Amino acid sequence: MKFIRNIFDNLEPKMKDNPFLHAVYDGFETFFFTPNHTTSGPGVHIRDGIDLKRTMVFVVLALQACLLFGMWNIGHQHYLSLGLYPGLTESFFTKFLFGALQLIPIIIVANVVGLGIEFYFAAKRGHAIEEGYLVSGMLIPLIMPPDIPLWMLAIAIAFAVIIAKEAFGGTGMNILNIALTARVFLFFAYPLEISGEGCWIAYDYNILHQLFGMEGSTMQALGMSAVPEGGWMTRVVDGFSGATPLGLAAAGGWEAVTNATLPTGGAQYSVSNLFWGIIPGSIGETCKPAIIIGMIFLLFTRIASWRIMLSMALGAVLTGLLFNALGSNAFLEVPFYYHLIMGSFLFAMVYMATDPVTAAQTNTGKWIYGFMIGFIGMVVRVLNPAYPEGWMLAILFLNVFAPTIDHFIYQQNIKRRLSRVA
Amino acid sequence: MSEVKDIVVEKVAKEPLFSNKNKALLKDPLDDNNPITVQVLGICSALAVTSQVYPSLVMSVCVIFVCAFSNLSISLMRNIMPGRIRMIVQLIVIAALVTIVDIFLKAFAFDVSKQLSVFIGLIITNCIVMGRLEAFAMGNKPWPAFLDGIGNGIGYGVILIIVGALRELFGAGTLLGYPILNAEDGSWLASIGYTHNGIMAATPAAAMFIIGILIWIQRSRKPQLVDIS
Repeated sequence: MKFIRNIFDNLEPKMKDNPFLHAVYDGFETFFFTPNHTTSGPGVHIRDGIDLKRTMVFVVLALQACLLFGMWNIGHQHYLSLGLYPGLTESFFTKFLFGALQLIPIIIVANVVGLGIEFYFAAKRGHAIEEGYLVSGMLIPLIMPPDIPLWMLAIAIAFAVIIAKEAFGGTGMNILNIALTARVFLFFAYPLEISGEGCWIAYDYNILHQLFGMEGSTMQALGMSAVPEGGWMTRVVDGFSGATPLGLAAAGGWEAVTNATLPTGGAQYSVSNLFWGIIPGSIGETCKPAIIIGMIFLLFTRIASWRIMLSMALGAVLTGLLFNALGSNAFLEVPFYYHLIMGSFLFAMVYMATDPVTAAQTNTGKWIYGFMIGFIGMVVRVLNPAYPEGWMLAILFLNVFAPTIDHFIYQQNIKRRLSRVA
Repeated sequence: MSEVKDIVVEKVAKEPLFSNKNKALLKDPLDDNNPITVQVLGICSALAVTSQVYPSLVMSVCVIFVCAFSNLSISLMRNIMPGRIRMIVQLIVIAALVTIVDIFLKAFAFDVSKQLSVFIGLIITNCIVMGRLEAFAMGNKPWPAFLDGIGNGIGYGVILIIVGALRELFGAGTLLGYPILNAEDGSWLASIGYTHNGIMAATPAAAMFIIGILIWIQRSRKPQLVDIS
């Protein structure tokens, strides 16, 4: 610690003159050491020992389980679609390495582009650099398909950070969730890369292939991949379908989901596979236990709001029950509890809806906010054939309405307390 | 008294056709008083017709025509029409001009007329036209009013063409129909994985973002335009 402190102390005089360098310096210094800011002026202001930076880092820590699982799962799904290594622990490290090579460039691009823009605006406005983006920079890779082209990712992140965050005034001022804005941009701008059946398994955007032009044979020599007949890496084994559970459910109900089989034998979307996340999907959202670990951590440290999580789950379950009661087509008849493990419900609930900046601020508001997300998300998922999944759109929609919800709660409070006076 | 009057008459008679004041009428709407980015008028059609450059261009020409000649006619009539019915008169003038434009387009540019469809007719409700009539033509002489109409039409058109060009270039890879960014199968851009942007091509939301960013750039360049109310 002393060593790092010395480095910062030596650097400070050099950085002081240039506003950009000083902003960067300040950002890193407060990242390593809790700043000893005290409240000035009259009155008692108690500062919590945990400041914004520490809060943000806890969320990043909570995401690590999803990240590690995602790395392995990218490799596992890739080899599975080629008909190789169906066992879970078979070639464990090869799968892990494949996933890491796929995921690390995504993380690097997400952070370099986002933090670059963030640093630029912070220096220009004389703000301190906050770690708000570290969370977005970790969330964004986890909600992307593993095969997302890096340039698209860079454009989406630039769009999200500039339009959704900096235009509104930077960290803490954004109306929309940054990570979801990046995703929704991709969803509408490049729909083929982020929705449908073809994008959830990594094939040809592997970094080795992209950057170094490594051919299949080299990869094979390294034990990275087997080259199937007729082409490298893009040819899947016969009978393999990229259909997602929700796509199948929309077409044929729960039966169609459980009937999907892998070419290597066994059900593709059995309940246990869905729960453990051994399915194709966005990088971080498949593994429910990993998300639950993060959820417990966030609830224990009181960073995420349990009210939002609970009310969102309630909203989804009640809407699911309502759909079951209506039951006029196969998708409506899918039992409501399976909706909780299909798609990205849990990830959206734990990490997206609970974003403290964009969610409702009042406690009653949080209940309404969460419940409405649960309801609208289910409606979009089940009733709207244009969008396969609803949570992203539902959360962004409610983000917009959160200040309005709060406004009415405030007015209600004022009215109630006024009547006490009168 | 009579002396003062003489001086005024002399001054008016001497004012050249393109005096500085009249030039400003043409120039101001291009930047400092742009109908779209500063007055925030005419957004509806700016979002709707700007998916390509050509329709934006035609739309701009139509609005310039309608704006200029409605300003001219209303300015000519401004002293003889009763104030209470001025809105009706203005609307009739605009509607007549829009009908002329509409019929002209149907006769000579049927394709683009179909593409612009209802938006030509909706020039009647374009706030820029009505706004300039109320704000300028009702209180100014015909020649300045005519210039003001042209200036505002061009100010509107410039933004339309910028938005149309960006949307066509990144949404479809063409400009005025000529391929610039060719991303068809087998092209170089396709081989490095380039795809056209669906937001730019299909949704008017792109136009809203572009106009928003234009406003952002303009106001950070000229802080006096920032209006915090």
